[in-house]
Amino acid sequence: MSEPLVIDRQGVDALIAVLIDRGYEVVGPTVRGQTILYDTITSTEDLPVGIRDRQEAGSYRLEERGDDALFGYVVGPQSFKKYLTPPGTVFWKGLRTEDGFETVEADPPPRHAFFGARPCEVAAMRVQDDVYLPVGDGVYTERRERSFTVAVNCTEPAATCFCASLGTGPAVSDGYDIALTEVLSGEHHFFLAEAGTDIGEDVLADLSARPAHDEEVVGARRLVVHASDHMGRSLETDGLQELLSANLANSIWNEIGNRCLTCTNCTMVCPTCFCSTVEDRQALDGSSAERVRTWDSCFTLDFSYIHGGPVRSSPGARYRQWITHKLSTWQDQFGSFGCVGCGRCITWCPVGIDITQEAAAVRERDIRKVAVGIPSVKEVLE
Amino acid sequence: MALPTLAVHKFASCDGCQLSLLDLEDELLAVAGVVQIANFMEASREVLPPPYDVTLVEGSITTAHDAERIKQIREETGVLITIGACATAGGIQALRNWKDVDDFTRYVYAHPAYIETLQTSTPVADHVAVDFELRGCPVSKHQLLEVLVAFLQGRRPNVPTYSVCVECKLKGNPCVMVAHGTPCLGPVTQAGCDALCPTYDRGCFGCFGPMESPNTGSLADQWKAMGASERDLIDAFRNFNAWSDAFRKESDRHQTSIEIGGVR
Repeated sequence: MSEPLVIDRQGVDALIAVLIDRGYEVVGPTVRGQTILYDTITSTEDLPVGIRDRQEAGSYRLEERGDDALFGYVVGPQSFKKYLTPPGTVFWKGLRTEDGFETVEADPPPRHAFFGARPCEVAAMRVQDDVYLPVGDGVYTERRERSFTVAVNCTEPAATCFCASLGTGPAVSDGYDIALTEVLSGEHHFFLAEAGTDIGEDVLADLSARPAHDEEVVGARRLVVHASDHMGRSLETDGLQELLSANLANSIWNEIGNRCLTCTNCTMVCPTCFCSTVEDRQALDGSSAERVRTWDSCFTLDFSYIHGGPVRSSPGARYRQWITHKLSTWQDQFGSFGCVGCGRCITWCPVGIDITQEAAAVRERDIRKVAVGIPSVKEVLE
Repeated sequence: MALPTLAVHKFASCDGCQLSLLDLEDELLAVAGVVQIANFMEASREVLPPPYDVTLVEGSITTAHDAERIKQIREETGVLITIGACATAGGIQALRNWKDVDDFTRYVYAHPAYIETLQTSTPVADHVAVDFELRGCPVSKHQLLEVLVAFLQGRRPNVPTYSVCVECKLKGNPCVMVAHGTPCLGPVTQAGCDALCPTYDRGCFGCFGPMESPNTGSLADQWKAMGASERDLIDAFRNFNAWSDAFRKESDRHQTSIEIGGVR
């Protein structure tokens, strides 16, 4: 791709305007009440200018930064899955006619420009690509193919961030059209803008941007490296897949189950969780029917209900299923982790259950270690 | 072909749940087109003789007469559906279950001798077999319609038993506990209200009773960490669904803490 460009805040406004001109609905971070959510934005005025988010396990607060940073916060409770697989999507709708029925064609979905997507968010979309695209999921594929991504590299991670452990940030590596890096120091406030695709380069060409000086590029890269060294949390990934698959019988799950509310918040805020349920709805008089898909969660009893009852009735079994899928069986299934280190599940758990702490606790109490000294059946037989 | 018949009965309650049926407005004519309203005193004086195909029951059992009448209703109907917190959990009036009812009647009535009442307010399912319990204070009119449609079509109603948190997230609400430290019963409360209170930045009051696997103890610990007292927790759990198993046990746990430790 071409070399990095430099734009200022007006340049970011121009970028949003160009995307709108090209027919995109630009969606990005904006303050709603006391939280940063994703919604339609039309200029940098809609961004959380000068706002920082303080995140901890089970706690999220916004505060003034005292500067004009456009991207001085990380991720809120929502991810772009709210646009790519919207809850309540109508798969099919039909109306009864005199001699049968007719299908109601749905309008094509909007073309979204995902603005201000953090590297973990971009990584999450790549993870979801592996879930939805190979099976030809129409809802996801159509929305994803029509979308445009403006990523923003992270320079100030939250206390709940651990993307560096998973290699999904704080620098965006792939899967973006344009990547921005915000540099704010003293008098200087600019954005390094880099294209990741031909269309991204084409959009950047519409802006009045100048090529970046070497020291500007180096300065911006240094901020991102600094972020990498200042992650609030970390996750040891070495042998993690095997660790979890070997610890299904660990007594730790029931202890976590004593704290887990089985409320589903972790799965709802997770940018890679994709489980859904399908419901058929009919008008009382039978004049119309529709099939609707909405989000589901492995923490509900209905989720694993088969003839006779739910497979995972204890909260511990449900938490084990979730974390083991994220960090172990996802690898068997898709060849990657199902976790991108965004920290949402930590922040938005009402009782603050922390995936990095629980994974570390399992490692600490690895039943393979505890069993050391006791010969296995195989060893005895040999 | 004759339409299936529908009866609606009331016990100790405020009428709000059966009003939800009349409150269907747009759908009410359609309902009237698929069932024959055979016995619904709040809607019509015309009463057709039993038996009925489907009966909705609102209210809790609080008198000896109630306890007999509900048996009669059970005998006269095919499907019995209880609607609302009173019918499914005993309602707010189940607060009497922790006290001596004779004390109340002495304080409230000039001639308490005329009052004939049971010591407890209990859900209908404690007295007769119930085919489906629809929660809520009041019930959701959309869920009420869904239950009626499902029974008429002979399928299982789509009434989720998961937490209010799911509804918040589907609506795009941020968590009020996490985002501003507002105590909320949503994580242990069954969905159905479309997350009404959290949508307006309030904590959930638990109108739909305990969700399918309520971890009230863990939530109570978090409330305490956020500054709630044992008294606050008793008040929160002893509400419209106070006598539901999970909420009753949790409130009793905090009552015991106060009695043993003198903690407030």
